[in-house]
Amino acid sequence: MADAPPLEIHDLTVAYHKKPVLWGVDLVVPPGKLVGIVGPNGAGKSTLIKAAMGLLPVSSGWVKVFGESVAKNFRRVGYVPQRESVDWDFPVSVMDVVLMGRYGKLGLLKRPTKDDHDKARECLDKVKMLPYANRQISNLSGGQQQRVFLARALAQESELYFMDEPFAGVDAATESAIIALLHELRAAGKTLLVVHHDLPTARNYFDMLLLLNMRVVAFGPTEEVFNYETLQKTYGGRLTILSEVAEAVRVKG
Amino acid sequence: MNELIPAFSFQRVFVEPWTQPGGGFIWIALMGFFVTAACGLVGNYLILRRMALVGDAISHSVLPGIVIAFLLAKSRNSMAMFVGALAAGGLTTVIIETIHKRSRVKQDAAIGIAFTSLFALGVILISLFASKVDLDQECVLYGEIAFVPLEEIVRIGGLGLGPLPVVRMAAVTLVVALLVILFYKELLVSSFDPALAVSLGINSSLVHYGLMAMLSVVVVSAFEAVGAILVVAMLILPGATASLLSQRLPLMLGLTVLHAALSAVLGLHLGVWLNCSIAGAMVVAGTGLFCLVWVAGLFKWYAVRSSNRVVGNKSGGGVSDLLNSST
Ligand SMILES: Nc1ncnc2c1ncn2[C@@H]1O[C@H](COP(=O)(O)OP(=O)(O)OP(=O)(O)O)[C@@H](O)[C@H]1O
Ligand SMILES: [Mg+2]
Repeated sequence: MADAPPLEIHDLTVAYHKKPVLWGVDLVVPPGKLVGIVGPNGAGKSTLIKAAMGLLPVSSGWVKVFGESVAKNFRRVGYVPQRESVDWDFPVSVMDVVLMGRYGKLGLLKRPTKDDHDKARECLDKVKMLPYANRQISNLSGGQQQRVFLARALAQESELYFMDEPFAGVDAATESAIIALLHELRAAGKTLLVVHHDLPTARNYFDMLLLLNMRVVAFGPTEEVFNYETLQKTYGGRLTILSEVAEAVRVKG
Repeated sequence: MNELIPAFSFQRVFVEPWTQPGGGFIWIALMGFFVTAACGLVGNYLILRRMALVGDAISHSVLPGIVIAFLLAKSRNSMAMFVGALAAGGLTTVIIETIHKRSRVKQDAAIGIAFTSLFALGVILISLFASKVDLDQECVLYGEIAFVPLEEIVRIGGLGLGPLPVVRMAAVTLVVALLVILFYKELLVSSFDPALAVSLGINSSLVHYGLMAMLSVVVVSAFEAVGAILVVAMLILPGATASLLSQRLPLMLGLTVLHAALSAVLGLHLGVWLNCSIAGAMVVAGTGLFCLVWVAGLFKWYAVRSSNRVVGNKSGGGVSDLLNSST
């Protein structure tokens, strides 16, 4: 199955306490693309990622990663969770967190080897966090925490990445560093799905966009789906966002 | 003389327990150490996962398991009690998860429901079968390490290892330490980031149930010595103290064991001096260590802060400097 797409989702419905929050999602993501997932708060973006990774039970439908279930292909999938999802007071160092990315490659009962440490250091260097390797993670700023999570994802050496709001709460310098890294990963043939909240930059950052609001509103190349009608459908009648969109569309034209 | 606090005698408090013929106190100290170390190691992960309450829950809800096993086996057969307690511990975990996942009730409330109902069931069973159950309620709640039977000596090929309960507890502690070392990776990731664990192919819920099983085994082994209430202190105090001293998990685990050793020995001396419950004294000693570390930490913080202030003054940085720089 060499030609199986990195991610294929068919008729996926996910519910919390019997209340569906995602309805009939159909999606085939081609390889080597940087895909932005946008939609209002509560649209189900995080839910889609978690369901695709098999972290949530699904009500119906299925997800395939490179033609197999995620449970079988977990080594080919990397994950950057929303930053708030972990306890940053946890007694581990930056290095420990990045080494966790290597655990999927180690078997049961195996310790990270020197190669794993080298790899972790290399990944930390890529996000310019190597000088912080021995820091306790609670002594990091928000942007530094985000970089550590990215380094951990790099250390996973996966082919398909899910990233939940990697740009949340980072400054402009970190944002451009992250986007450079994403482009580098894409150039290496990886497929990336990234949740993003800022519409004007979404248009420039991503090859493809998935507009989500409980259902897939639109999915396709950015220039095709980034227009007034689809964005209005995604965000409903929210004026501030719509004027922002109008502005973004105007700038383009 | 009817003093509230017995007179302190160095000889009686610090020397006699170690030189007394038969070495009873040495076994008690060892028992206290093994109980606290095993509880503390498991407790570290409870604290990290913000599940300290679950320790409380399991320590109470194993009671009906023990009583039922007792009634079925018709003796204080330790294997039956083990199985009974393990089943009750597993049941508690499943009840908590089910209530939490299948209803809107939050996890802490679910814990409150699960353990009180099972504990109540245990209490009812004890009073219903009081004549048949040779379980002292007092002992179930507080235990008494000083009355742990020391007569039956475990021998391996003629070599006397020690009294059965102590050897059993040592074995449990060893197994817990071994599991914590062998599954360090899995415990670490699933505690820090359960979602990542799943994406690394680590079964988080299996780790969770494994930890709960370990907790049940530790709690039931500690039951006889420290009872259902004091065991909660043994679960939480060592880890809490260690977390004040270190921010690295491996070091924390080491400090947990050190805390266990110190509180066992200090508690033994305190108990001998005050002629009180030794299990209680061990907990008090552990609390004393926790407070000591906490206060020392506060002093250190003040010291660092005030030395920073001195440096700050030397290099300027006060209001006067602000005024200077603005002119
Ligand atoms: N654990 C949960 N239990 C119950 N409902 C949930 C849970 N997590 C999310 N939801 C609900 O599911 C819906 C989708 O949530 P989700 O977190 O996927 O949104 P999102 O698009 O990631 O939003 P945001 O932009 O705020 O991150 C929301 O209505 C939310 O209330
Ligand atoms: Mg989200």
